[in-house]
Amino acid sequence: MKYDIIVSGVGGQGVLSIAAIIAASALRQGLRVKQSEEHGMAQRGGAVIAHLRLADEPVFSSLIPRGRADMVLSLEPLESLRYVPQLHPEGMLLTASEPTVNIPDYPDLGDVLNAVQSLPHSHLVDAHELARAAGSARAVNMVMVGAASTFVPVGAEAIEAHILERYASKSEKVLRSNLKAFRAGRDAIGRHATV
Amino acid sequence: MVGQLLLPARTSTDLVVLGDEAVALGAIHAGVSVAYGYPGTPATEIIEYLLRYAELVGGSHVSWSANEKTAFEQALGASMAGRRALVTMKHVGLNVAADPFMNSALVSIDGGLVLAVADDPGMHSSQNEQDSRFYADFARVVCLEPANQTEAYEMTREAFDISERFHIPVMVRLATRLAHSRSAVRTGEMRDPNQETVEPDPSKWVLLPTYARRQWRSLQQAQAAIKAYTEKSDHNTLYLSETSRELGVITTGIARNYYLDNKNDLDIEPSHLHIGAYPVPMEKIRALMGHVRSLLVLEEGYPFVERQVRGVGQTIVAVSGKETGAIRPDGELTPDVVRNALGLPSSSGMRAPALSLPMRPPRLCQGCPHADAYSAIRSVLDQYENHLVTSDIGCYTLGILPPYSVGQSCVCMGASIGMAKGAVDTGKENVIAVIGDSTFLHSGTTALMDCVNENTNMTVVILDNEVVAMTGTQPTVLPSSRLRDLVLGIGVAEEHCVVVEAHPKNLKEMASTLRQEVDHLGLSVVISVRECIEAARKRKKQ
Repeated sequence: MKYDIIVSGVGGQGVLSIAAIIAASALRQGLRVKQSEEHGMAQRGGAVIAHLRLADEPVFSSLIPRGRADMVLSLEPLESLRYVPQLHPEGMLLTASEPTVNIPDYPDLGDVLNAVQSLPHSHLVDAHELARAAGSARAVNMVMVGAASTFVPVGAEAIEAHILERYASKSEKVLRSNLKAFRAGRDAIGRHATV
Repeated sequence: MVGQLLLPARTSTDLVVLGDEAVALGAIHAGVSVAYGYPGTPATEIIEYLLRYAELVGGSHVSWSANEKTAFEQALGASMAGRRALVTMKHVGLNVAADPFMNSALVSIDGGLVLAVADDPGMHSSQNEQDSRFYADFARVVCLEPANQTEAYEMTREAFDISERFHIPVMVRLATRLAHSRSAVRTGEMRDPNQETVEPDPSKWVLLPTYARRQWRSLQQAQAAIKAYTEKSDHNTLYLSETSRELGVITTGIARNYYLDNKNDLDIEPSHLHIGAYPVPMEKIRALMGHVRSLLVLEEGYPFVERQVRGVGQTIVAVSGKETGAIRPDGELTPDVVRNALGLPSSSGMRAPALSLPMRPPRLCQGCPHADAYSAIRSVLDQYENHLVTSDIGCYTLGILPPYSVGQSCVCMGASIGMAKGAVDTGKENVIAVIGDSTFLHSGTTALMDCVNENTNMTVVILDNEVVAMTGTQPTVLPSSRLRDLVLGIGVAEEHCVVVEAHPKNLKEMASTLRQEVDHLGLSVVISVRECIEAARKRKKQ
């Protein structure tokens, strides 16, 4: 078994933390993990990407070959589209629907969202709204981890256990809102999937 | 940068770490006493890890230095005192440290001296793709090139031993995709720092010609033993295929990962030599070449091995690689680049929607003090028909992009000031050099001395955000408050050394000060101060 995820977004959104949460949860479950990140100049408000490879057999490259990714998991819709050619033909694209418009030539948002929905397997997640409802506007990445959890070969229990550990030193409120955000993301996809 | 510090136990354990962190762990377990470096992507996280470790556990001296040269010299001094020393930098940093590095090969290293240098093929955050293996070869020392986190850990440990065995500095060469990828590492037992303190033998540490000639000769004589070591090293593994004598593949470092992920799709089983320890194992290469008809060389960086295996007039074995165009000579290796070089087609992947996607380049953060400085500089430049602005290395290089469009050059650390002076010396007017505070402390002060010497008609703008911002807000070697004293100490006239606060409400004042100093016929320094917005955010979080 092998599951390859491209995590994308804009610098500062928390692309690396999404990758780190899924990776740590996968390890908890005994999977092998390779994760490639971008540091330095790329993090200053530009397009950011992380490669995350989960497997129960040896994986050597930290980069995912073109056309082989199982999932694009994005914090921003335009950024999700950038990596469509990385997906295999049956691959899944999950993205937060709220755009980050920090460039002058950002396309019409309707066109971007239509392009996402035109893909064979895609989900738009209103992650910002769900995060606010969960009590922390900053938990957008946790909503997206929840959304991804429906598909990735890592159990929700392993992820929740990691979240408990990750926020153990923070306030009860921060921990609760993150757990809530994770579950909200998971439920959002669950609803879609059953419709 | 990300995640909490995973403390290495004294006994073997599994940890998930960045390649950079694996190097740091390897050094800790090898019994390192001191570590120095200058921040630079993709090497920064080595010292960051060691700093956190030193803070929590203590035991070693770890610090950022003013630049890579001073960092290297401090490590060298610790080695002379008999202690194990690690020095880290990015590839272009080794240009700055090239003088002590080259000459450290001639002294007789006592405490193990390891240089961990991280190359940036693909230029993710750098101005070139230079391959540090040439420096190791140039200095005639050993270079170890790990392929994964476990090797990064093990090779760093081993590098200290080799350094002490051959009395030479040893290089550990990383590439971005190892430095900045995470995977599990099984660590070994921790050993204590080197306790011995030796009285340095001047004849082995003073490079006067008489001594230096003898030291150089002994380094030459050591080459046979060094080559015998890499020839036998477990890091250089040769597999001769029993089923096919067609293709041989040489991989180095992380190129092996891309090869192994693709190998099973080949119809034949190629012979394979992996090189992780240099100088290259010539006997193993000969054995491989005697076994195959064609040879593909896969290496991150320049065609360093490829050149050494390609004999002039070679006709028996066809060698292909970056020099033949089988692999593009620029950019980094990827699984697909290697796949295509092996003659395998890439997967086509999902068809992209027919929507043109604009680029989203990196930019200055919202509220960045540099943005205010650039707005002021832009408004002043617009008042002159002729002007020239040289820029430098750091976040503020991004000011070259619209809407500021300030800066016509960015070459290497500190170059802004020297290049501005050169342009002024040819008759250019209204010349401004823009340089960050840490870059100024790294390599700008010496060039400023040249300008003071001739009272060059130019304006140096020091963008003082009080940290090394681009690499993750490390502290600068001197606090902001001492920058003006330093500039005055170099000899800049007090009335033309002006400090302004970079703030949107000050734009008019900043612009008029700048205009005044650009019009002044002589040298001026304007220090534009406000704390990096990212650093302020982090500080408030703590």
